[in-house]
Amino acid sequence: MRSTLGWGGATTTSARPFPSSREHGDRLVRFDGVERAAHWATAALFLTLVVTGAALYVPPLVALVGRRALIVRVHVDAGLALPVPLLLSVAGPWGKALRADLRRLNRWSNDDRRWLSLALRRLPRSHLRVGKFNAGQKLNAAFSLGVMGVMLMTGSIMRWFYFWPLSWRSGATFVHDLVAYIFVAAVAAHIYMALTHPGALRSIFAGWVSRAWAERHAKAWLEELETAARQDEARPAR
Amino acid sequence: MLGLGAAGVVAGSPVAHGIADALDSLSAGTESGLAGLVPGGDYFQLYTVTNGFPAPPPNYRLQVTGLVRRPLSLSVADLEAMAPTALVKPFQCVTGWRVPNVHWEGVRLADILDSAGVAEGGKALLFRSFDGVYTESLTLAQARLPDVIVAYRMLGGPISRAHGGPVRLYVAPMYGYKSLKWLSEISVVERVYPGYWEQRGYAVNAWVGRSNDDVGTPIS
Repeated sequence: MRSTLGWGGATTTSARPFPSSREHGDRLVRFDGVERAAHWATAALFLTLVVTGAALYVPPLVALVGRRALIVRVHVDAGLALPVPLLLSVAGPWGKALRADLRRLNRWSNDDRRWLSLALRRLPRSHLRVGKFNAGQKLNAAFSLGVMGVMLMTGSIMRWFYFWPLSWRSGATFVHDLVAYIFVAAVAAHIYMALTHPGALRSIFAGWVSRAWAERHAKAWLEELETAARQDEARPAR
Repeated sequence: MLGLGAAGVVAGSPVAHGIADALDSLSAGTESGLAGLVPGGDYFQLYTVTNGFPAPPPNYRLQVTGLVRRPLSLSVADLEAMAPTALVKPFQCVTGWRVPNVHWEGVRLADILDSAGVAEGGKALLFRSFDGVYTESLTLAQARLPDVIVAYRMLGGPISRAHGGPVRLYVAPMYGYKSLKWLSEISVVERVYPGYWEQRGYAVNAWVGRSNDDVGTPIS
């Protein structure tokens, strides 16, 4: 069996126990092609939702853009499509890496909890054993999925309003508007974190991080990879 | 998270009203552009179905045409010369947002119909906007309700371009999409012709009420 958390170049999944060439040896695959495609498709849909949402809601933009029926249609279609890349990506055998990462994101270690409480107090936390994702990234993933569900639910009430009492429509509008603001702020913070962490940022474009990056930011993940590679090496070749 | 969202939908309406009250006391009733961006505030959301808010034609006239005995061409001054009606009533959007206690001023649609005189076979009204796209409909009976007016003032001043000035419709017992903005023509016709949103699935009889259909009870 081949290691799915393989060593090697950005795209290759060949099991190479330890770096054999300088060019590829330093690179660890963090996100495979399916994960990156899912991320960028979701990001493109999200951008569409923010732009069309603003054109429906912010008065000067409403005046500038107009065409309410068309913009509503684009906004609703993009909203309904938002979970599709993620669902398609986990659905088949191609989603193995993504499913493994979702399990990682959903699992909290004691070090994650300590990491979070230290991060909130802006204290050093390099001594902690952080896995592939730190506690902030885990919170971001859980929050983003939750927001997706809430926006889908409230947006559906706003779009197919005839089925709901008027006070629910008001409540849905309120929640949709409020959560939109909060989530745009969260995504702005996400982009800020990405821009200030170029090593991590590169992995969502190119797929890989350097070994030095992993040592610094994801020690437990690196150990996990090394253990898997050793086990892989110990197995007879097929 | 989903549970919180659902709680927000069910309980959000009173919370939104609470925020609206808080905003009101903060801004002391002034129409601040920024406050309108706070979720839950009692502020108008400005809709337009064309590319922007249309500019009023230089010599604005409201045409009353179709199955009438005397077609009318009314300037804003002509409308102001007719018996005025002032209403303080909410504007309720079908999607949920609501602005309470809006001050409206204008002429009862019934008075305009009486001065034009509905001819034989006239059963309904077709309203056109000078945005060139938006239309609305009312039956004659609906049009004659006392809180259905052709408005030339709202919110304490002449109707702004964004709110549909110089002249718009205000149909108090129905959802906001009936209150056509930028009114240019009222045609008396032989049957109801569904309006812009009604061709896109909205109810033709848009009574504000529980289920938004023919049997809904008007509230005001």
